[in-house]
Amino acid sequence: MSSIDYSRELSVIEGKPALREIDDLIAKPLETKPNIKFFIGLGITLTMLAIGVIAIGLSFYYGTGLWGNNNPVGWGFPIVNFVFWVGIGHAGTLISAILFLLRQKWRNGIARFAEGMTIFAVMTALIFPLIHVGRPWLAGYLMPYPNQHSLWVNFTSPLLWDVFAVSTYFTVSFIFWYVGLIPDFAVLRDRTKTKIKKAIYSVFSLGWRNSNRHWQHYEMVYLVLAGFATPLVLSVHTIVSFDFAVSILPGWHTTIFPPYFVAGAVFSGFAMVQNVLIVIRKVFNYEHIITIDTLEKMNKIIVLTGTLVGYAYAMEFFIAWYSGVQAEQFTFVNRAFGPYAWAYWIMITCNVVFPQLFWSKKIRRSIPVMFVIAVFVNVGMWFERFVITVTSLSRDFLPSSWAYYTPTLTDFGILIGSFGFFFTFVLLFSKTLPVVSIAEVKAVVDGSQPSHEGH
Amino acid sequence: MNKKYLYGGVGLFDSPDDIIKAASETSEKGFKKFDVHTPYPVHGMDSAMKLKPSKLAYFSLVFGLTGTFSALALMYWTSSIDYPVIIGGKPFFSFPAYVPIMFELTVLLAAVMTVVTLISIFFKFPNISHPLHDTQYMKAVSSDRYGICIEPDENHTIEEIELFLKSLGAKDITKIYYDDEELKYKNVILQPKFLLFLALIAVIVSGATYFSLNKLMFMQPFNWMREQAKVIPQESSAFFTDGFGMRMPVEGTVARENLPYLFKNQPEEAGKFLINPLEANEENLNLGKKKYDIYCSPCHGYFGEGDSRLRGQFPNPPSIHSEKVRNWSDGRIFHVVTEGQNIMPSYSTQLTNNERWATILYLRVLQRSFNAKESDLR
Repeated sequence: MSSIDYSRELSVIEGKPALREIDDLIAKPLETKPNIKFFIGLGITLTMLAIGVIAIGLSFYYGTGLWGNNNPVGWGFPIVNFVFWVGIGHAGTLISAILFLLRQKWRNGIARFAEGMTIFAVMTALIFPLIHVGRPWLAGYLMPYPNQHSLWVNFTSPLLWDVFAVSTYFTVSFIFWYVGLIPDFAVLRDRTKTKIKKAIYSVFSLGWRNSNRHWQHYEMVYLVLAGFATPLVLSVHTIVSFDFAVSILPGWHTTIFPPYFVAGAVFSGFAMVQNVLIVIRKVFNYEHIITIDTLEKMNKIIVLTGTLVGYAYAMEFFIAWYSGVQAEQFTFVNRAFGPYAWAYWIMITCNVVFPQLFWSKKIRRSIPVMFVIAVFVNVGMWFERFVITVTSLSRDFLPSSWAYYTPTLTDFGILIGSFGFFFTFVLLFSKTLPVVSIAEVKAVVDGSQPSHEGH
Repeated sequence: MNKKYLYGGVGLFDSPDDIIKAASETSEKGFKKFDVHTPYPVHGMDSAMKLKPSKLAYFSLVFGLTGTFSALALMYWTSSIDYPVIIGGKPFFSFPAYVPIMFELTVLLAAVMTVVTLISIFFKFPNISHPLHDTQYMKAVSSDRYGICIEPDENHTIEEIELFLKSLGAKDITKIYYDDEELKYKNVILQPKFLLFLALIAVIVSGATYFSLNKLMFMQPFNWMREQAKVIPQESSAFFTDGFGMRMPVEGTVARENLPYLFKNQPEEAGKFLINPLEANEENLNLGKKKYDIYCSPCHGYFGEGDSRLRGQFPNPPSIHSEKVRNWSDGRIFHVVTEGQNIMPSYSTQLTNNERWATILYLRVLQRSFNAKESDLR
C-alpha cells in the first residue's frame, strides 16, 4: 500500500489563483452585459411565472373551487408545494451555518449561492399558505397585534408556530446573507467605474473598510449567527412536520416526523443546489472554485440524507405494524398498494434507489449522472410530500368519507408558476450580486493565510 | 484649495506573513491609533494587533434571553389574562405548546439585534465618508494587498510614522487627508442628506403600516360572498313601485312577545287593569335581575337608590324606595317602563313584555329588602 499523508489539507480552490483574478472572475457577470442565453433563460422562467400568475389570478377570481382540493383532501397541492419549497431552502442554511461550525472550508465556494436559494425558496413557499387560506388579504391577522377585535392568535396551534418559524427563518437567512455580502459590496465599490453603481455599492457596503478591527467582530457575528441558524434550520422543518404530527390522522401522528422531515429537507435542498451549481459553474467558468471535489462532498451528503429518509420510510411501516393500531396499519398498506401506489413507488425509486448509486466514486464524480440523480431526488421529494399529505387525508377513519384527490390544471399552473418565480430570482441574482463570496474564497486560497513561521 | 487636514500614513504589503509581522511590530512600538486592512480576515491578526476578544456575543446572549422571555410574557398575558380561550381542553397557560415560539423569537431577536449592534455600535456604520474611502490604498486592500494605517498621536509625528513604515518594508507609503466634506460633518448622523433619508424612511414605513393595517386589510378584491344578487335589508329596489327593497308587513302584524300596548298615555288605567302575569320564582327573578342590571342600574343604581353611575351626565332619578313607587301597582310601573317618564326613555324596544314584568318582580324584591318587615327577618 502506498502511504497517503492524511494530515495534509487538500486545497478547496484549485490552481492557486491570484486574489485579483478571483475578484475579476466573480465580478465578471456583474460587469458585463447579459448575453442572449441569459435572456432566453429569463424568457422561459418569466413565461412559467406568467402561467402561475394567471392560475392564481383565476383562483382569486373564481375561488379556490378551481383547485382539486375536495372534502377529505383539504390540503392538496398548496401544502405539498409549501413543504417542498421550504425544504429546498434548508440546504442553504445547512451549508452556510452547520458546515461553517464544522469548519468545512469547501463550503466557502457554494455558501453564497445556496443562501440565496434559501431566501428565494422560502419566498416561493410563502405563496402557498397565503393562497391556500383563500383570502390572502387577511393574512395580517396571523400576527399577534392588538387589533380592533381584541382577539389574539392561538399560540398553541402548530400552524401558528409555522408562521413564526418560517418568518424567523426568512429574516435570519436574509440577515446572514446580507452580512456575508457587506465585504463583497466593498470590493465591488472599489472596482466599479460607473458612478451610479458606485453609489449603490457604497450604500450597501455601509462604508466597509476591510479593517481588521472590524473583521474581528465580523467573524464573531458570523459565528454567532451560525450558532443561531443551526438550531433554527433544524427547528423550521420540525415545526412544519408538527403541522402534520400534532394532528391525530393515521400516517401523520408519528414522532418520527421531525427528524424525518429535516433529513428530507436537507436531501432535496442539496439536490436543488447541486442542479443549479452545476449550471452556474459551467456558465461562469467557476470550475476551479466550485470544484468537482465540492460536488462529490455534496453527493456524499445526498446519499447520507437519502439513506436516512429511506430508513424513515421503513421505520414508519415497522411502527405501524408494531403499534398494533389498525387504522395506522391500514394507512401504510394503503400508501404502498392503494390508489396512490403509483406516487408511492415513484417516491421510493427516486429517493431511496437512485441516490444509492452515489456509493460508487465514479458516479459521484460524473457531472451528467449527478445532475440527473439530483433531478430525480427533487421529483422524489416532491412526491414524498404528495404521498404524506394526500394518502392520509383521502382515506382516514371513516370509509364513507373517503375520496380520491385529482389535481386540476390550475393546480399544475400554480406549481409551474412557483418554479418560474424561484428561477427568475435565481437568474436575476446571478447577474446582480456576486454569486460566490469573494472574501470567503480569498481566505481559503492556498497561501492566503500566514504560515506562522516560528510558532 | 483649502488647507487639508492630515489623517495618517499608510503602507502596503504583499503577503499575509509580512502584514502579521508588521502589525505585531507596530503594536509593540507603542502606536496608539493604527489599523490593519486586509481583503479577508487573516488568522492570527487579532493577537498580532493585541486586540481584546470581541464582546459581541454577550449582546447576543442578552438579546436572545429578551426574546425568550418577551415571547413567554406575550403568550402568557394574551392567553391567560387578556383573552383566555379554552382550546382543546388544555390549560390557559400551556407551557409545552409555547416552546416553539419562544425558541423562534429568541433566534429572531438575537440575530436581528446582534447584527444591528454590530453595524451601528461596533462598526459605527453607516459611514461612507471616512478619509480612507476612495483612495488607492483602499482599492488595493479590498482586492489583493495588505495594508497598515497609522495615525499620528502625541508621541509620533507623521514623519516618524513614514520612517517607521519604511523600516517595516512597506511599499507605496502615502499620507491620507480628510476631504472637506468629511470635516464639515464630523458626525455622519447629522448630515442633512441622511436626516432627509431618515425622514423619508419614517414617512414610508408609517404610511405603509397605516395603509396595510387600516386600508389594505379591508380592501376585498372580489367579495362576491357579501355582494350577492339579492336585495338585502334597507336597500332600494326598482322592482317595486314604491322603490323600497323591503316589504311592509301585512296590516295588523304583531311581533312575537310584543303585543301592542293598550294604555298609551293612560297611566292610571294601566295601573288599574294590568296584572303581572309572571310568578315570582327563581327563574323569573334571575331574568329580572339580569335585565335590571343591564338596562336600569346605570341610572337607578344596582339597588334602586338613584345612585347613577353616569357621573351627572343625566340628572339622577328619584329612588324607587319612595312611598309613592312602593304603593304603585305592577301595572303602573309597567307603564313607566314601556312609555318612559320625564327624562327616562321607553324601554319597549329593548325589553319584551315578559322581560319587563320580570324586571318589575325583581324591583319588588329590592323594595322589600330596603323596607323589610319584622316577619321577613325570620
